Amino acid sequence: MAKITLENIKHSYLPEPGGLNDYALKQIDAEWSDGSAYALLGPSGCGKTTLLNIISGLLKPSEGRILFDDIDVTETPTIDRHIAQVFQFPVVYDTMTVFDNLAFPLRNRAVSEDRVRIRVNEVAKMLDLEDSLNRRASGLTADGKQKISLGRGLVREDVNVIMFDEPLTVIDPHLKWLLRSKLKELHRQLGRTMIYVTHDQTEALTFADHVVVIHEGTVVQVGTPVELFERPAHTFVGHFIGSPGMNILPCKIDNGKSRFAGNLVQTASSKLPDNYTGKLEIGVRPEFVYFDEGGFPVEIIKVDDLGRYQIVVTQHDDNTIKMIVPEDIQIPSESPRIAFTPKHTRIYADDWVVDQE
Amino acid sequence: MAIELKQVSHRVGAEMHIYETDLELEPGGFNVLLGTTLSGKTSLMRLMAGLEVPTSGEVWFDGKNVTGVPVQKREVAMVYQAFINYPNFTVFDNIASPLRVARMPAAEIRQRVGKIAELLKLTPMLDRLPAELSGGQQQRTALARALVKNAPLVLLDEPLANLDYKLREELRDELPKLFRDTGATVVYATSEPLEALLLGGHTATIHEGRVAQYGVTAEIYRTPNTLLSARVFSDPPINTTTVSKQGDSFVMNDIARWPVAEKYRGMTDGSYLLGIRPHHVTLDQARGNSVTINAVVRVAEISGSESMLRVEIGGNPWVSESHGIHSFDSGDPAELRMQVDQCLYFSTDGALVAS
Repeated sequence: MAKITLENIKHSYLPEPGGLNDYALKQIDAEWSDGSAYALLGPSGCGKTTLLNIISGLLKPSEGRILFDDIDVTETPTIDRHIAQVFQFPVVYDTMTVFDNLAFPLRNRAVSEDRVRIRVNEVAKMLDLEDSLNRRASGLTADGKQKISLGRGLVREDVNVIMFDEPLTVIDPHLKWLLRSKLKELHRQLGRTMIYVTHDQTEALTFADHVVVIHEGTVVQVGTPVELFERPAHTFVGHFIGSPGMNILPCKIDNGKSRFAGNLVQTASSKLPDNYTGKLEIGVRPEFVYFDEGGFPVEIIKVDDLGRYQIVVTQHDDNTIKMIVPEDIQIPSESPRIAFTPKHTRIYADDWVVDQE
Repeated sequence: MAIELKQVSHRVGAEMHIYETDLELEPGGFNVLLGTTLSGKTSLMRLMAGLEVPTSGEVWFDGKNVTGVPVQKREVAMVYQAFINYPNFTVFDNIASPLRVARMPAAEIRQRVGKIAELLKLTPMLDRLPAELSGGQQQRTALARALVKNAPLVLLDEPLANLDYKLREELRDELPKLFRDTGATVVYATSEPLEALLLGGHTATIHEGRVAQYGVTAEIYRTPNTLLSARVFSDPPINTTTVSKQGDSFVMNDIARWPVAEKYRGMTDGSYLLGIRPHHVTLDQARGNSVTINAVVRVAEISGSESMLRVEIGGNPWVSESHGIHSFDSGDPAELRMQVDQCLYFSTDGALVAS
């Protein structure tokens, strides 16, 4: 197991990159501690797979260094980096038994058969595969096969990091949940460094201790799930995490007070000068918008009943504001008015959060 | 269009894909087929489309028996999970293709394609090839091609499954709006309960080749007629356990005991299966009538605003979903509050008795 350091990593797929926009990764600096679980979260094309390939050594970065336990491995080939990787689609040898599939990475490295047997049985136990060890892998369901892929990732004891590239894509939702919990449990048990790449916020937030949010080749925030939820550092984080995402509304400052469409809005951000010339916005999550007779008037456009809660879509002065309302709260039928929780309302200047001083 | 399946079954070799099914869909409405992979959603759609001939039974469109009518003559449009477009055609030509097949005059084609492209925000991409589009734009092109025909029956087979989370959220919002004014009957297959709730309309819960229940989406969610239907419509899974009614009390082994509320008074004494959704067994301050249940935490998942606990209660796995952040280590005890007025009671063979 190892600490992973990324120093000034930049990558372009073009031979002679010009401006910043030619880079798939614009600038990545990070230190990921030994034994923690990280998720790289972002939409398709944000650069997360590029970063994963740089860590595994399948790709050499255009600039910068990568270190495992303070040793520079930028030039080290993949095979010598001792990495286990689990891919989106299960990679299983159909003609082999489940046992032989799990044993494969160990036998490749000439581990003694006694040791192979012990390790395979341990891993099979963790993944509840004990009963199918002697079966052919070809007969298994998609989630059964993906469990084998996970098992092969876990079976070696000498790996620096285990990387998962969207491993639950092909799994049905109700099984996804079980496998996700299993992975989390395994991380707790094994204490290995794990990196999990996904575009699915639920998977990232529930699996990782630290979530690295990537947007257009840049890390916009690294934080615990709670930090990303309660204090998005960038409007992209607010939008991308949470369903629906954060409301982002136009903001004007006058006399040091922030206003949305003329309404005074109290925020947790520090004061901004009246003469700020960049883009100013107010960000507030749907969870922190509530019905309040002292608030400003809205028109209710739509109510989605999701059983557990309701998503209420409202409009004020051409701006859409979404709210999440618990199932037992009555939605006012006449002249509804809403307000924002000041503690969870922030100002964003050119997309970056303005913090309290 | 009114679509009705009458005693339709479908067998492939020795395998029953669809058992005898009666289903009458809401005409002009949004109909969700909800079930896991291989539950029979796609088979049902293919039977409606005429891509498969039923082994027994009949398919009726607007009061006409169309059982033997091939897909070309059924006026249906279908969109699949994979983005299927003609790679060598521009977006315009892709959308126009069914109209050209129908030999529509060029001026009308231009007008129809222009209108649908506007609706699906594809106007700036009309001259591009599919490979030059994002996944979301490719799937919108496939949707536009299905919509442009004005087919009275539109079949959407997990159309958003291959898209990014946020794109899915956006299109899911747009889809019911798109079809609202067309009068088309839409059938939408998904494996995600939350998606069914967001889409609204009517839902059929499907399990192993059988329709468990069909009705207004929110009603099916709140009042499943069987434990099976409740299970299909739950993510995370609904908690179930055996309880007995003994006079004025419900008893869950030696775990909990609570009074029988008014609405459950009609139940006879005896053994039942209790179903309770994870968000009604919580760490939160009790809302309404509740009973305390002691659990042992296996895994705690924290998603930022909510905590999901996988716990053990009396040796059985349960799931609890609470507001706020609650950290637990594996093995920690947790005191959960179960909202007893939210319990669903099923007979031991799985039929709903009281809710």
